[in-house]
Amino acid sequence: MTFNRRTFLGASAVVAAGLAAPMVRAQGKPRVVVIGGGAGGATAARYIAKDSKGEVDVTLIEPTRTYYTCFFSNLYLGGFKEMDDLGHTYGGLAAGGVNVVHDWAVGVDRDARTVSLAGGASLPYDKLILSPGIDFVDGAVEGWDLSAQNAMPHAYKGGSQTELLKAQLKAMPEGGTFAMVAPPNPYRCPPGPYERVSMVAHYLKANNPTAKIIVADPKAKFSKMALFQEGWNNHYSGMVDWIGEDFGGGNVSVDPAAMTVTIDGEETKVDVCNVIPAMKAGRIAELAGVTDGNWAPVNAADMSSKADPDIHVLGDASQQGDMPKSGFSANSQAKVCANAVRGALTGSKVFPAKFSNTCWSLIDADDGVKVGATYEATEEKIAKVDGFISQTGESSDVRKATYEESEGWYAGITADMFGASV
Amino acid sequence: MVRALRSLLPLALTGLTALSGHADTGDAQAGEKVFQQCKGCHQVGAGATHRIGPHLNGLFGRKAASLDDFEYSKSFERAGAGGLEWHAETLDVFLENPRAITSGTRMSFRGVKDAQDRAHLIVYLRQFSDNPADIPEADPTAQAVDHDLDPAILALTGDPEYGAYLSGECTTCHQTGGSDEGIPSITFWPEDQFVVAMHAYKNKQRNHPVMQMIAGRLGDEEIAALAAYFKDLEN
Repeated sequence: MTFNRRTFLGASAVVAAGLAAPMVRAQGKPRVVVIGGGAGGATAARYIAKDSKGEVDVTLIEPTRTYYTCFFSNLYLGGFKEMDDLGHTYGGLAAGGVNVVHDWAVGVDRDARTVSLAGGASLPYDKLILSPGIDFVDGAVEGWDLSAQNAMPHAYKGGSQTELLKAQLKAMPEGGTFAMVAPPNPYRCPPGPYERVSMVAHYLKANNPTAKIIVADPKAKFSKMALFQEGWNNHYSGMVDWIGEDFGGGNVSVDPAAMTVTIDGEETKVDVCNVIPAMKAGRIAELAGVTDGNWAPVNAADMSSKADPDIHVLGDASQQGDMPKSGFSANSQAKVCANAVRGALTGSKVFPAKFSNTCWSLIDADDGVKVGATYEATEEKIAKVDGFISQTGESSDVRKATYEESEGWYAGITADMFGASV
Repeated sequence: MVRALRSLLPLALTGLTALSGHADTGDAQAGEKVFQQCKGCHQVGAGATHRIGPHLNGLFGRKAASLDDFEYSKSFERAGAGGLEWHAETLDVFLENPRAITSGTRMSFRGVKDAQDRAHLIVYLRQFSDNPADIPEADPTAQAVDHDLDPAILALTGDPEYGAYLSGECTTCHQTGGSDEGIPSITFWPEDQFVVAMHAYKNKQRNHPVMQMIAGRLGDEEIAALAAYFKDLEN
């Protein structure tokens, strides 16, 4: 009989499970590795390090040294924020006791419980938290792939892509056409594409008022639809042409070399084309073998993977039920996860899961709207409890206060993710 | 006959219960006396001007924090932007305990606790608004209702460890560093004020939809736990 690596590990895993003193290590501290330093991962790393007071060894793996938030990046397009306003470094987390490693995670060995890095290192873990955000589904928009992202940017991960789209917007000829290919559900930040349309329109109204915006959308309706459409009518009358599913908005192909978009058989030459393709969990979730289809299914009570109890998946990459994929949701899920992981590793008290989300969108200067809900963990999923949405026809005072609140939220959530700046 | 009486009895009792929280309609002269305790900061009537607080002429039907020439606190401005208007009902809640409606303002007044006194005061103030007559469209002449929190709720001792966990839901928006830009600070609050404010959201006396939703599903023990945690939170 020969032992290959898999059968050997499988056998030893069974023995280990049989002995099962959960997570009490013979030597050293319990180890948590977090992959991805965004709203889910940074928050989880910070909370576990902070609340365990040194009892847990926390390592965060994040390739970028400065993280540019995708949330609020539309406000940069509209001219309400500078890129620097959206950048955050990891010094606050390091000072808070998190071991920050700037590298790519390229593999997960679930039997050995190790994460391999592009730089060659291998990190052992007792609990692994995956918060890798999104990647794009290959072939989702005919004619587009990542090699075309400079000609037709997605700008749906914060940073250079957002800057590229802004540069292209600024370079549009007078009376030119800005096209957007909107994504199918589910995707990161449901109101995001439509806030982007609003911010692009805000920029064009001031700088290129005869320009047009075409949106090809595979959906028949979208988040805050009535609010956005009211806002487009009020502020940008005649500028935005939204083509939904009923009018062939889902039947789209692009030609990045010719800069054309074909919607339901009709080809249009455009000056800027923002292609936001269908999305899936960040690649490392698939490499870890915890995805089912495009997303990683999780248990609602603690965000643990349905495929592996020692792996938790947070934020956009997770398939959890009713919560929208948003930075707020990821931050909320991270705290539930951190509480559960710390409990499993140190025996600290685990409290019941509670989740919430609010998404603010800016339609025009001082015209902010919001939608939000609270959620609870059930056996099957994260389930919505209660919610609210801004109303059409609200007074300008209410809309201004809503925008100011969103600014307060941005300061709040980034402090909550990254800790006090150093 | 006896049966008929019996069946009437529960109805009559229900009626009594509903009425027992109300004071009788107020009296303006008595209200003027109650107003003595407001005069240090507020003027009302001919020639009234702003002092520490704004003048109170034309108060009824006015949006909170809407006089251009008075510099309001952020808390009042938020309440006004959120839709708070001064009517008999809102004044009654506010005057009973101003901190149920706003926090961190110059109105350091514990409130008029007696429902009848509030009714008098509201009738008195109403004389200085443009529509003093009792017409159906206008505010009804005041009937004060008791709103104050059950003392048992205020007496609960919260578990700060549970509060620390629950606070994660707050700190997505509210900064622990205490910034007050766009979203109010919630650190270092006296516990009782925190509890009163959260129950005011829960009971929809404060008008912010996010906070009504968040507070709406917090139990009494959870609110107490959060108050215990935030009262001495260090950055």
